[in-house]
Amino acid sequence: MITLENVSKSYTNDGMPALNNVSLHIDKGEFVFIVGDSGSGKSTMIKLLLRELTPTSGRIIVNNFDLAKLRRRKIPKYRRNIGVVFQDFRLLKDRNVYENVAFAQRVIEVPTRQIKKNVPAMLSLVGLPEKYRSKTKELSGGEQQRVALARALVNNPPILLADEPTGNLDPRNSWEIMKLLEEINRRGTTVVVVTHNREIVNAMRKRVITVKKGIIVSDEEKGEYIDED
Amino acid sequence: MKISTFVFTFKQGFKNIFRNKIFSLATIATIAACIFLFGVFYSVVENVRYSIEKAETNVAVTVFFDEDITEARIQEIGDMIRSRPEVASVEFVSAAEAWETFKLDYLGEYADGYEGDNPLEGSENFEIYLRDVSKQTELVNYLGTVQGIREINHSDVTANILTQFNRLLSYVSLGIIGILLAVSLFLISNTVAMGIAVRREEIGIMKLIGATDFVVRSPFLIEGILLGIIGAAIPLVAVYFIYNNIIIYASQQFAILNDLMQFKTAREIFSVLIPVAIFLGIGLGFLGSLITVRKHLRV
Repeated sequence: MITLENVSKSYTNDGMPALNNVSLHIDKGEFVFIVGDSGSGKSTMIKLLLRELTPTSGRIIVNNFDLAKLRRRKIPKYRRNIGVVFQDFRLLKDRNVYENVAFAQRVIEVPTRQIKKNVPAMLSLVGLPEKYRSKTKELSGGEQQRVALARALVNNPPILLADEPTGNLDPRNSWEIMKLLEEINRRGTTVVVVTHNREIVNAMRKRVITVKKGIIVSDEEKGEYIDED
Repeated sequence: MKISTFVFTFKQGFKNIFRNKIFSLATIATIAACIFLFGVFYSVVENVRYSIEKAETNVAVTVFFDEDITEARIQEIGDMIRSRPEVASVEFVSAAEAWETFKLDYLGEYADGYEGDNPLEGSENFEIYLRDVSKQTELVNYLGTVQGIREINHSDVTANILTQFNRLLSYVSLGIIGILLAVSLFLISNTVAMGIAVRREEIGIMKLIGATDFVVRSPFLIEGILLGIIGAAIPLVAVYFIYNNIIIYASQQFAILNDLMQFKTAREIFSVLIPVAIFLGIGLGFLGSLITVRKHLRV
């Protein structure tokens, strides 16, 4: 489903690469943590997978899309394969919950009739069926992240990328979001979570890929967060 | 594009105006200021040009005929002159009409002593009016070659002044349009810079969700067009009232100028100004939005 072959990414010609000769493979239906401290290269990996960046060298294949060969006009179609949530939620603050989730369907031209069915179903899945009229700024951090999850999943993508999804949440909300991600994974979506939340990683016993200074230093099934030192 | 998407896009464009009120007001004010300046300038130039045209139509070349000329030859000369492209109209003035006009203009009650007599016998003539007064020399040269014409009266000075003034007006118009354009671009680039800051996040989210450039761009372009229309309508209304009041005031207070300065009616001015201003407004709004969105599409 996701394959990186000898991928390197440098932002400058002479500086240290953000990612250095990284290779990994994630199968369909897996739940994977990518962990590492700030500056380890985790965010670069997410940007490469979203095709916001292209690698300096190496090959990335996601759901049969070879990202190096992907033409600019094909990028939107590719991105519809990936749901994405961020630490800062990135919701449209001037719109309500329903409009934020429906927005993801509008931009890929889903008919209105279908949107009216899909959005409430997705809000129910993330536990916010009654909040559909609320403005996002009226919601707690945990609720905002649930809306972001609903938006990421409403188009039914085969892959979900979560970039520090619990970074702005308290422990209780963090766990609720992680339980939701686990449930989404159980339903068949491949879930990749970039985080440095040691407690959650160690408790969930999933595959853990540890990145340090742009290099994968460990990749273990039912792994743990390894301290850099 | 599906109909539901088009309706959504249009609604989004409309809602965006209210979502970003400060940006919308700044854009409307910028476009309105540019079009107001354009409207005022256009009205002034059109009226000056109109007055010059009126003055030009009063400039005539007069030709007198040989004494032994036949009526048939006069008719023939008249047809030859009328067929020339620079000629607007030709009026035949008989000796009797010339004498009547002279008496009215210069003699008044003293004309009684000339009863039964026409001192202007043999001074029948053609008064030739030109479409373009700058072609007067060309016409006079031609008339000099025509058999049967004894004398040609014309004023080179008047024709030259009007021609040169017309040319000067064209240069000044071009210069002012250039300055207006530069000012407009400066104002719009500043407004667009503000728009970029407002839009950055929204465009980024749309792109990450998988929206095509077309879908991302469309609501912003519709918003730009709507802002352009509003931005054009406001100064049009303002210029209309200002213009109407000025021509009424000027014709009442400065009646002495009526022979010198001819005003076009508001209807004549606005039959051109409305479509041009709306087109400019839409163009500026569209262009401003296009530049704003383009900067962020490469995500």
